[in-house]
Amino acid sequence: MDWTFGLPPEWSWLVWTLIKTLVLIGGVLGVLPIMIWGERKVAGHVQFRPGPNRVGPFGLLQPLADVLKLVFKEDVMPHSANRVLFFLAPVLALVPAFVVLTVIPIGPQFVVTDVNVGLLVFFAMSSLGVYAITLAGWAGNNKYGLMGGLRSSAQMISYELAMGLSVIGVILLTGSLSLVDIVKAQDGRILGFLPRWFVFYQPVGFLAFVVTMLAETNRAPFDLPEAEGELVAGYHVEYSSMKFAAFFMGEYANMIAISCVCTALFLGGWHGPWLPPVWGGIVWFVLKVSILQVFFLFVRWTLPRLRYDQLMNLGWKVLLPLTLANALVTAVAVALREGWLR
Amino acid sequence: MSWLTQGQVPLEAYLVVSGLLFLIGVVGVLVRRNAIVIFMCIELMLNAANLAIVAFADQLQQTDGQVFVFFVMAVAAAEVGIGLALIVNVFRARQTVYVDEVNLLKG
Amino acid sequence: MTPIFFLLFAVMAVVSALMVVLQKSPVTSAVYLVLVFLSLGGFFVLLHAPFLAAVQVVVYAGAIMVLFLFVIMLLNLQRDVDDGLHHAARRVFGWALGILLAAQAFLLLRGSWALGPRGKEPAALVHAQGNTQVIGVRLFGDYLWPFEITSLVLLVAVVGAIVLSLRRGRSTGVEDAP
Repeated sequence: MDWTFGLPPEWSWLVWTLIKTLVLIGGVLGVLPIMIWGERKVAGHVQFRPGPNRVGPFGLLQPLADVLKLVFKEDVMPHSANRVLFFLAPVLALVPAFVVLTVIPIGPQFVVTDVNVGLLVFFAMSSLGVYAITLAGWAGNNKYGLMGGLRSSAQMISYELAMGLSVIGVILLTGSLSLVDIVKAQDGRILGFLPRWFVFYQPVGFLAFVVTMLAETNRAPFDLPEAEGELVAGYHVEYSSMKFAAFFMGEYANMIAISCVCTALFLGGWHGPWLPPVWGGIVWFVLKVSILQVFFLFVRWTLPRLRYDQLMNLGWKVLLPLTLANALVTAVAVALREGWLR
Repeated sequence: MSWLTQGQVPLEAYLVVSGLLFLIGVVGVLVRRNAIVIFMCIELMLNAANLAIVAFADQLQQTDGQVFVFFVMAVAAAEVGIGLALIVNVFRARQTVYVDEVNLLKG
Repeated sequence: MTPIFFLLFAVMAVVSALMVVLQKSPVTSAVYLVLVFLSLGGFFVLLHAPFLAAVQVVVYAGAIMVLFLFVIMLLNLQRDVDDGLHHAARRVFGWALGILLAAQAFLLLRGSWALGPRGKEPAALVHAQGNTQVIGVRLFGDYLWPFEITSLVLLVAVVGAIVLSLRRGRSTGVEDAP
């Protein structure tokens, strides 16, 4: 990364950052078809049926068939819809996930930008993701869409709170908001064999984060707002063809981004045994993120959907006190360790 | 405007932007009828003030300004919560959000 | 490169702010206001305050504007109806006053003015320790009392918003879920 393209240093840094970002985006977009195929296959096998197996060996060309179908569908826009917002909402569903990917360390020296408030950038982007759903619900000029949009926005902002509180323990243990520092702090072993991942130091925080992960991405069991059977597909009821595909891609991209953050925060990021440091780190990181994705898929097809009031109950009355208590206990433990309480 | 090529943005530029935003907020409060849009223009004015505070904090190399902006954000959030609840109540009573139609006490 | 980003954010902020005032539909005004807040976040980054930039996006763009949009959508506000002569007269008066204020501000800025005292946190220290740590030290050190009082203000706001939105005449005080 030292070749300067013959430009002054600031400009060459900008060009390199753009190239790294494009590589990341390309990587995520390349993984999306695998996730689509994986979802259908896991769904099939959990439900004791084979899943897609007609289109190509093991149904591997199924994502291609899905994309072709979506491309050839008619792109309908309701007559009284708000045009600008109708176009804007799917874009807002996709872009924040890609921004989050730029602050996550994928390998020992592989991070696009090491901002020292990297974790806050993640929270900022998940706050902006709420707009996609709110505006999509409003722009379609459809009462079911609006209801679904408002419900989903309320769900997302409620669980954002619990998500922020659940990582306070990790921030206290590291003393930094930068994801690079957090991953570096998970180096080494406890008792000689357990890796020093924060999942062992902060089990409650990890549990809360996993639950809010499911809620933030609108995945089952928290997917009442986009329930296909119930609320007439909720906030994207008026969308078809490529804009619907954009929402779909946005959901998967969000899942990938949030799994990457969870890996960096709790599962040790790119740390792992036996492989050489540079590309071995990337392999371990991708492995951990894939395990989280499979977890997402399993949970969707295993657990029943939560009703809206049960969902809000869980977010405000269970997760909020739990994460606050976790933050308090962690703060006391850190203060005792540092010797501040005399 | 020589700073465009020299890489250091002067304090006055930030103050001009902050002043422009504040002015647009003032004009918005005067011109619009919709209570929620007026409220949005008030938030615009608060943010213009925030920008001026942070610009000065950067110029004078102190972080008291940034801490103050933190408090402004918290108080603005509280204000928005209560203000919107009030507007919703007015709407329930009068079925309108236009500020010039809420004039029952007018003599 | 900083001046180019400054110009970009400045143009984005001023144009979006104008659109907030000029647009007829409140939802569009709200979306433009989100753009203003995002460009202000950009300004904060240029002014060496990345923590404030992130907090600006999370609090203003991510929470306050979502609240605005919720209320606009719950009240189902369509485009503003602003026709009529006395509305036009009020608009002309408002813009005239705005131009008067702009002229006044221009004259004030052109005069001489003095800066306040310099602080003790040079940019090198902020870069070494991180914006968050420097703000944290001041916030929990010199400004502890205002911090605690602000938490009280937020508590009052939460309780007040709930009390204000209860419907009268219902004994349980439970409002309809959206």
